Amino acid sequence: MTAHDRETAGGLDVARIREEFPILGSRVNGKPLVYLDNAATSQKPQPVLDALLHYYAEENANVHRGIHALSARATEAYEGARAKVRRFLNARHDAEIVFVRGTTEAINLVASAYARPRLREGDEVLISAMEHHSNIVPWQMVCRERGARLRVIPMNDAGELDLEAYERLLTPRTRLVSVVHVSNSLGTVNPVARMVELAHARGVPVLVDGAQAAPHLRVDVQALGVDFYAFSGHKLYGPTGIGVLYGRAELLEEMEPYQGGGDMIKSVTFERTLYNDLPYKFEAGTPHIAGAVGLGAAVDYVSRIGLERIAAYEHGLLEYGTRRLSGIGGLRLVGTAREKAAILSFVLDGIHPHDVGTVLDAEGIAIRTGHHCTQPVMDRFQIPATARASLAFYNTREEIDALVDGIYRAIELLR
Amino acid sequence: MSELQELYQDIILDHNRNPRNFGRLEGADRTADGYNPVCGDRITLDLRLEDGRIRDVAFKGSGCAISRASASLMTEAVKGLSQEQAERLFHAFHAMLTRAPGEPFDAEELGDLEVLSGVAEYPARVKCATLAWHTLHAALKQEPGTVSTE
Repeated sequence: MTAHDRETAGGLDVARIREEFPILGSRVNGKPLVYLDNAATSQKPQPVLDALLHYYAEENANVHRGIHALSARATEAYEGARAKVRRFLNARHDAEIVFVRGTTEAINLVASAYARPRLREGDEVLISAMEHHSNIVPWQMVCRERGARLRVIPMNDAGELDLEAYERLLTPRTRLVSVVHVSNSLGTVNPVARMVELAHARGVPVLVDGAQAAPHLRVDVQALGVDFYAFSGHKLYGPTGIGVLYGRAELLEEMEPYQGGGDMIKSVTFERTLYNDLPYKFEAGTPHIAGAVGLGAAVDYVSRIGLERIAAYEHGLLEYGTRRLSGIGGLRLVGTAREKAAILSFVLDGIHPHDVGTVLDAEGIAIRTGHHCTQPVMDRFQIPATARASLAFYNTREEIDALVDGIYRAIELLR
Repeated sequence: MSELQELYQDIILDHNRNPRNFGRLEGADRTADGYNPVCGDRITLDLRLEDGRIRDVAFKGSGCAISRASASLMTEAVKGLSQEQAERLFHAFHAMLTRAPGEPFDAEELGDLEVLSGVAEYPARVKCATLAWHTLHAALKQEPGTVSTE
């Protein structure tokens, strides 16, 4: 860690933070791990690992049912995690926080339980050109079923959405807007608050896919004005298999359940079932209790450091990485929006991203190569794939230097 | 030689830079498309058969060094082979790539294709090397649609 790192870290003690992530001390292919695939999934700090172990070792029971002490403790831990997430997003009520498997399930929930019963033939759902497949396919499915039309907000060559086109695409037929907050393949931070304002002016609700935003910038659902917000625990330094759908209580109340089963009911007879209150109406079956507890610990962890500080530090890394990568001959950055999160997607003249990934892996450097589940983005830029380094607050300038050295090695070996 | 140099041998890099039998084949009587959704590699393979033998073959597409070199080497290896011989070669090639570490393979049957044996150390790259072969298989069987490695 250089003096400069400490300086730009704004008091972020990255060396100490790194010690809290056990996996960051490991070696891969004989080299110290340089983990630059955080947009795919993030690593987990000791407090999250401890929370999982503590839950299973001392609190494990099913929630909301047993009258025994352990069940009460498990329920308290689970509902405590919900309250933490509510504060993290600045939602009004705990009941607006629905635990799901991840962003994908959250979007599918809204597509099924909100959009499906409301869409009529000729209605429109509006998404953007930079969506992840998980914010495309659920809408295609429900639109096809209901005879509705999926429309797409275009973007420019920098990877910024065309807001004028967006306004034109908001028509009396638009029933829902679903857009990504931070693009996973380009890094673009979209002007979500403004987009919500424009949609609401026409009475159109907005879902925001926050999978890449929640770990890297402060999210305030009330300030953004969103109707639905989705994110995944595993990208926020928490466990896999747990995620969150925030929904405004009024909308969630109006919606039918997503899945049927235990926990989502008040009473059941063969003739008639009375559904449970929010948020349980949307949480059929035994939930991922340990996952929620681990996510609660992750939320505590990043909140203790502070999202503003995390964002500032990562922005410093992004600027440094952009400068270093731009200096490499034949390298082109894909995604150069003015408002960007710490994602560096790039292509190299004459060298396929897959080969770059293999050479870097031999150096212990983990990046992602491919279309990043955003094939339409690749088509837009007329490339089959990119190599992508995605940064987190535990990354350092030395690691970016290692990436740059690795890219030069790939060029030397393959060109 | 490092494992990486073993993977990216000069002959592979040469086939990547200057792929043989690259382009579309005029008068082809079989064509198939292959696609690897994991990395976005695409290939179109044209064949001309005569008396049950592969008289001529060409490929076009975009992909990583391994997939391009493998396609290029394949076109050289299968020219003149009967359908059965080509399928047998694919089988031997596949066995070489998916063998356990240290396990032997039929180097004699494989000939020049042996240069791709290093791919076995990289399980994530096996599909890059086999895409062209899956596409050849589809062309020989005249399977409709695009072949996927998934």
